[in-house]
Amino acid sequence: MDFLRPATWQEALAAKAEHPSAVPIAGGTDVMVEINFDHRRPEYLMDLNRVAELQEWEVGEDTVTLGASVPYSRIMESLRAELPGLALAAHTVASPQIRNRGGVGGNLGTASPAGDAHPALLAGGGEVEAVSVRGTRMIPIDDFYLGVKRNALAPDELIRAVRLKKATGPQQFSKVGTRNAMVIAVCAFGIALHPDTRTVRTGIGSAAPTPIRATTAEEFLTAALEEGGFWDNGKAVPPAVARQFADLVAGAANPIDDVRGTASYRRHALAVMARRTLGWTWEQYRGKQQDERNQPCA
Amino acid sequence: MRVTFTVNGRRQEADDVWEGESLLYVLRERMGLPGSKNACEQGECGSCTVRLDGVPVCSCLVAAGQAEGREVVTVEGLAGEDGRLSTVQQAFVDAGAVQCGFCTPGLLVAADELLERNPEPTDGDIREALSGNLCRCTGYEKILDAVRLAAARTGEAV
Amino acid sequence: MTAHRTRAATAPGRTPTSLTQGTQDGLTKGGIGESTLRPDGILKVTGEFAYSSDLWHEDMLWGYTLRSTVAHARIASIDTAEALATSGVYAVLTYDDLPTEVKHYGLEIRDTPVLAHGKVRHHGEPVALVAADHPETARRAAAKIRVVYEELPIVTDEASATGPDAVLVHEHRDDHHSGHVPHPNIVHRQPIVRGDAAAAAARADVIVTGDYVFGMQDQAFLGPESGLAVPAEDGGVDLYVATQWLHSDLRQIAPVLGLPEKKVRMTLSGVGGAFGGREDLSMQIHGCLLALRTGKPVKIVYNRFESFFGHVHRHPARLHYEHGATRDGRLTHVKCRIVLDGGAYASASPAVVGNAASLSIGPYVVEDVDIEAVALYTNNPPCGAMRGFGAVQACFAYEAQMDKVAAELGLDPVEFRQINAMEQGTVMPTGQVVDSPAPVAELLRRVKSRPLPPERQWETTEGADVRALPGGLSNTTHGEGVVRGVGYAVGIKNVGFSEGFDDYSTARVRMEVINGEPVATVHTAMAEVGQGGVTVHAQIARSELGVTQVTIQPADTQVGSAGSTSASRQTYMTGGAVKNTCEAVREKVLDIGRRKFGTYHPAWATAELLLEAGKVVTDGGEALADLADVLEGEAVELELEFRHRPTQAFDLRTGQGNGHVQYSFAAHRAVVEVDTELGLVKVVELACAQDVGKALNPLSVVGQIQGGTTQGLGVAVMEEIIVDPVTAKVRNPSFTDYLIPTILDTPTIPVDVLELADEHAPYGLRGIGEAPTLSSTPAVLAAIRQATGLELNRTPVRPEHLTGS
Repeated sequence: MDFLRPATWQEALAAKAEHPSAVPIAGGTDVMVEINFDHRRPEYLMDLNRVAELQEWEVGEDTVTLGASVPYSRIMESLRAELPGLALAAHTVASPQIRNRGGVGGNLGTASPAGDAHPALLAGGGEVEAVSVRGTRMIPIDDFYLGVKRNALAPDELIRAVRLKKATGPQQFSKVGTRNAMVIAVCAFGIALHPDTRTVRTGIGSAAPTPIRATTAEEFLTAALEEGGFWDNGKAVPPAVARQFADLVAGAANPIDDVRGTASYRRHALAVMARRTLGWTWEQYRGKQQDERNQPCA
Repeated sequence: MRVTFTVNGRRQEADDVWEGESLLYVLRERMGLPGSKNACEQGECGSCTVRLDGVPVCSCLVAAGQAEGREVVTVEGLAGEDGRLSTVQQAFVDAGAVQCGFCTPGLLVAADELLERNPEPTDGDIREALSGNLCRCTGYEKILDAVRLAAARTGEAV
Repeated sequence: MTAHRTRAATAPGRTPTSLTQGTQDGLTKGGIGESTLRPDGILKVTGEFAYSSDLWHEDMLWGYTLRSTVAHARIASIDTAEALATSGVYAVLTYDDLPTEVKHYGLEIRDTPVLAHGKVRHHGEPVALVAADHPETARRAAAKIRVVYEELPIVTDEASATGPDAVLVHEHRDDHHSGHVPHPNIVHRQPIVRGDAAAAAARADVIVTGDYVFGMQDQAFLGPESGLAVPAEDGGVDLYVATQWLHSDLRQIAPVLGLPEKKVRMTLSGVGGAFGGREDLSMQIHGCLLALRTGKPVKIVYNRFESFFGHVHRHPARLHYEHGATRDGRLTHVKCRIVLDGGAYASASPAVVGNAASLSIGPYVVEDVDIEAVALYTNNPPCGAMRGFGAVQACFAYEAQMDKVAAELGLDPVEFRQINAMEQGTVMPTGQVVDSPAPVAELLRRVKSRPLPPERQWETTEGADVRALPGGLSNTTHGEGVVRGVGYAVGIKNVGFSEGFDDYSTARVRMEVINGEPVATVHTAMAEVGQGGVTVHAQIARSELGVTQVTIQPADTQVGSAGSTSASRQTYMTGGAVKNTCEAVREKVLDIGRRKFGTYHPAWATAELLLEAGKVVTDGGEALADLADVLEGEAVELELEFRHRPTQAFDLRTGQGNGHVQYSFAAHRAVVEVDTELGLVKVVELACAQDVGKALNPLSVVGQIQGGTTQGLGVAVMEEIIVDPVTAKVRNPSFTDYLIPTILDTPTIPVDVLELADEHAPYGLRGIGEAPTLSSTPAVLAAIRQATGLELNRTPVRPEHLTGS
């Protein structure tokens, strides 16, 4: 095994081009487990900790460019307003020690369906900045996950950052595990209201071979909200709509039975989480609407 | 490969390090610092917690080469130069928070950092900050007592 | 407390050290009944305490164990040539390399091969050993060992193990149980018949039956199996290891190595928890074999994955119960059948059967019983000792039954238990009279009378604090679906080794003057596994010998056996041995005093004399001499054994016999909040009341109770080793998927300690370590049942059980 220590992003790209089998390691929270337990013996291990720009983020007009190695603890603390769904998801990642090391780049690189960031990324919307010596590709998050632990990166590409849409409405994230902390998702659900486009997006984790969106549920809810004029009148979502949304989310999943839970429980739990998180986000949206209506004219 | 970094304020070097070795292994087996513990080696127990450039991390999940040139603080670095126990260490002894003691080093590093960041934590804050550190002996009650005690003593001292 | 350590000059780096402790302020006595601090506490908080995985020796090699990848197979061939040829590899050993005719070991039945011979009987069985210059070299070499397995059919449960064409796990049994078991795949069977259960059933107004399942729990101690074996010049070996019973290990190790016991010198290294999981051997023989073969020190450290295969687990069980009661709430009879899965090797299975059977009805008065407990041989992972064994599984079932009967009768579950609670003088199903306090009703009263924790503690001015809700940080509910439930349970556990076992502990105590001060040195082979035995030994020495400074020597095999740190026995037994030996030392010291100073004061001859605060004093408090003067130029040292009252074997047909040394009781009240829609549980409070006889160290007592309570909580809601029913392979050997409670899963645990002395025990104490693990689990289950209205006949309870999905 060789240990590569690029000092700059350019060096990292060059190294990856030269050794496409090189395994990038940043937080180490996936890679080191595999090495410690003899599941993986890469020919090259490439440390990305020295590439300072991977640890940075930039808040723009409509987007946040989030470096691949920005630790989850920083996302929780510093990006709650801009990326509330991801900040909530970050808070559920493993333990404080792991949140201090792990970042979104690792979740994307590993592309495990259980990665906590995925549902939030899918719901919030964004693109993955995949870079190689050949140039930069912006891969829409919806196209990124290809199969169980397979993603759309080419062998010579590295993830520099994700470019995420800044939240224009409430977002929520919820995850079921059989322990009250430090737990891998049995299944997880993310939801984001997008009042600017009057749409709703979702993300499902650990309930299909890849992280997925519940597109039928999204379309149903988007249509129902539009039809009822809910975005404007700020009324509560009718229970029947919430129920159907929840059922459609559960229906979108394609879970399996494993040591962490059964397929039918996963479907059931997704429906509950979908209903609850829709309630929380919509109440927050309505509350904000009310506040705005109650503002005296300046 | 050779790895050089600072541990508890002292520069340390290790030669012939296999590239797959973790920071934990290098501390324990090559630098004579076995205080950080090897309970799970998968980031699920926190017994190997050290501070890397000030931040608590699981040293089992840091590749040794990633520590190159950086600052590491382990449980061995908590006591004063004169061997005087730190407030958190003394509180763990006094409160009966130590039984088998295997989780203790990691808990001490995590608790020390919590109190540095948040000198008056609520019980909820303590529980959250220590939720990455498993203990199998105590049922955590005496650990909570210890952190409360350390916080109170730190407050008195100010 | 102050502590320092000394280190032998010739020993390897980082070895166990003696612990010297005085009293903190020089004013307190530091004796029994005080919450003195651990003498090893400072070493443990500074990171200096030498655990068995911290050992190091110049020029040492790393040992690695190749384990079977299948559960049951004939080994067609093993080819080690390529592994041996690997650079950096010093030895590769298989069964064929074992040096003597003794190739098996075991706690009671020597049925466990040191290395697999001809076949493997469970997933993860050791097949070959490698010693190399680096752990990675050893792993890579082990990967080159070619083992050809021819898989055999497996047995995994009672039906497959005892069915007509069942494959025999051990074909040629000739152990002391094989003659009386109904099938060779049954390790041991213990019936208990007393009264006439069938006739009593006819008197019952209600009869309640239930079938219960208890999952496989892991001890999950944090310090992995590990140790260092150093070959010695005399052809022997020095072994530094974490274990629960040095001398039991020694008895199993020496014959395999072909060495006399005195040439296998064992020293206890720091033990990172045990809970029963270190009663059986792990790396001990393997490390010694590699050290003797290579002539170099060999260190073996399991990682967490291997640890799940490196020790036995708690027996999973299937339990069938029938309880009858009259309208006025009196139990008429109990019938039960308990089937424990012992896995591929016997380990502690026979004792587990004895406990399960004899404690199967709980701490209740029932005159007519019909009980049967068996342990199976299967191809599942071997099961053996874990905190509370046998009694834990039974308590889960009988307490569920007690709630069911109470509900059937329309009685309050606590009242119903109190009506039937045993007390001093009650006759056990084995015919044994309980001849010391048994405050079962009082313990229940105490947990019940405690005020309930406030509701909805998660509500804050800024919304819901998810950390206090089911699901915790995962943000699954802000109060939706959350229902509170309260449940009670009480349990009974035997203390010490039962069924006629000649159990003893040894203590060597030395008293001398060092630097003008009287000092006691206590040397035992007691395994300090975290429980605080070292603290208590120093306290006893202070109380009995009137000294301040006490040195606790490292535990080793240079002193007689201290028995096992298990069965809640160690304070009773080795504490008793230290007390006994101190008393004898005291008499010798007084003899010296009489010789030296007897002529100066008549009280030397006439009064009852004590040692207190460094002086010889009369029972009237008059000081006769300084201990420093008495012991000037003389040292007293004695090594004595201590035994508890003898017990008897249970009759193999009726189960009658005075089988147990002492009983121990604890009760719990659990308050839970359940997210009934998602099936997630938050335990809000888990109150315990326990009778400890006498709290030698109250701080440690409470710590033990809280720790035991939490292990019971774990197996109620999350902990289970999942074994594939088709392949018998372990599916979750990691801390990612075998979950133990975090600090966010563990509630406040208020503890109410009773001290009702047992006149037969040293200081009146009662063994405490296990009882809290029993009643914790059924209390949590009862609370969840109350919150959900579900029957829940299985533990751990998983979200899908609570949601029906």
